[in-house]
Amino acid sequence: MMLVGNIATVVLVSLGAVFFLAGTVGLLRFPDSMTRLHALTKADNLGLGLVVLGLLPQVDSVPGALKLVAVWVLTQLAGATVTQLVARAVWRGGGRS
Amino acid sequence: MSLAVLADAALVLLVLGLALWINAASRAFPAVVGYVAFGLLLALAWLRLSAGDVAMTEAAVGSGVTGAVLIAASVRLRAAETEAPPLAAAPPALPLRLLALLLSGLVTAALAGLVLWTTGPAPSLADQAVQHLPGLGMGNAVTGVLIAYRALDTLLEKVVLLLALMGIWSLAKDRYWGGIPGPSRIQPTNGALILLARLLPPIGIVVAVYILWVGAAEPGGAFQGGAILAAMWLLVMLAGLRDAPAISRPWVRLCVTVGPAAFIAVGLTGFALPNGFLSYPDSIAKPLIIAVESVLTLSIAVILGLLVAGPPEQEP
Amino acid sequence: MTEFLLGASAFILLMVAVGLLRVLRGPADIDRVMAAQLLGTGGIAALLLLGVATALPGAVDVALTLALLAAFAAVMFVQSGGPGGGSS
Repeated sequence: MMLVGNIATVVLVSLGAVFFLAGTVGLLRFPDSMTRLHALTKADNLGLGLVVLGLLPQVDSVPGALKLVAVWVLTQLAGATVTQLVARAVWRGGGRS
Repeated sequence: MSLAVLADAALVLLVLGLALWINAASRAFPAVVGYVAFGLLLALAWLRLSAGDVAMTEAAVGSGVTGAVLIAASVRLRAAETEAPPLAAAPPALPLRLLALLLSGLVTAALAGLVLWTTGPAPSLADQAVQHLPGLGMGNAVTGVLIAYRALDTLLEKVVLLLALMGIWSLAKDRYWGGIPGPSRIQPTNGALILLARLLPPIGIVVAVYILWVGAAEPGGAFQGGAILAAMWLLVMLAGLRDAPAISRPWVRLCVTVGPAAFIAVGLTGFALPNGFLSYPDSIAKPLIIAVESVLTLSIAVILGLLVAGPPEQEP
Repeated sequence: MTEFLLGASAFILLMVAVGLLRVLRGPADIDRVMAAQLLGTGGIAALLLLGVATALPGAVDVALTLALLAAFAAVMFVQSGGPGGGSS
């Protein structure tokens, strides 16, 4: 049981780290603001989500696990809104450089 | 070298590098974004040093609230930055900057030397501090120090916050005194932002109360909880769901003063007891501390929110 | 397991710190805001990993605080015509 939990943690956290890598590479290499935004949201949603899922087997109390999920849900909420705001700003004014 | 040491070294290099870059940045806005990132990294460093309360305060106030103020300021200054050189101030001469670098470097070296080359543990009152905590009903030594042992410092800090707010209000033009912060009322047109401003504050309030409560035993407390509440209030104002209040409104004046006033009142009643100003009678120490902290949280929230909102720029 | 989680924490942190290069280069201010947002999310992930790996008291609470304030900088930038901001 412990072993299955540990394997799940390693796999999921590694996948999450890969998405953060992808998000960074995308942010640095994509040609314009909209595509960079696309890369950013992948890191926000999937990166953090997979990390939280991977950490769940390691936490031994239900309130602790719920707290982790709460952090993820709040980040999702904030991230989705920021995506909309940024997209609107880029669409309207080219980002005000 | 263990992984932890490597990670710590990387964090230190990152923090130093970012600090140097922020100073060298040529425009205000990139420097401000760098500052927000810097606050985040600093919070991580504090955690690695086992200073959870400082980490939380750095994340909430240093990076969050202060970052918001700086972002708003740098957006305002954008117009001034593109002005011709006579209007923008010339940077100080090179010898002066080298002297500043030299002196700062000397101070850093002296501090590093003190830390690295003194032998034996540093003199500390930590043991005695922890010893008396159960009498106050606390588990968190930091909160114990802030509210009980060095309550005078905390009180003065809150008064300083209030003075800072009055300083910001004093920037208003005469005819706007007592008016509404911000150049214009925000119209609620941004759907995504309105959704966030409706969903997040209820959660934020619960988390703020939790952080205030848990501050007795774990990292947390009045300041961090107040900062979260302030951020939620600002979110609602920025989305246009509620207007910023005119600073002449009685409830505004009441909220910003009730925290320090309650603290002072509790402190003054200490004169009736043998230990003097700001001493808590043992039997009711914990409820008293909780009451003072709750009222302080409210005041801090309103003060920080109004600090970010800025000086009044509309008629009341 | 502790080593792995610490390593993952350091890796993610390094990644999003490299993303800060976008603050240096990004032609528009909005790109810089995006880089700060990435650092915020990465910081939350690194904090959670650190907190679970070393059982640090309060790490998850700090991550909770950060998650609540995550949108703040971006919202402030975009809405800088109202309280706290000025017309540019």
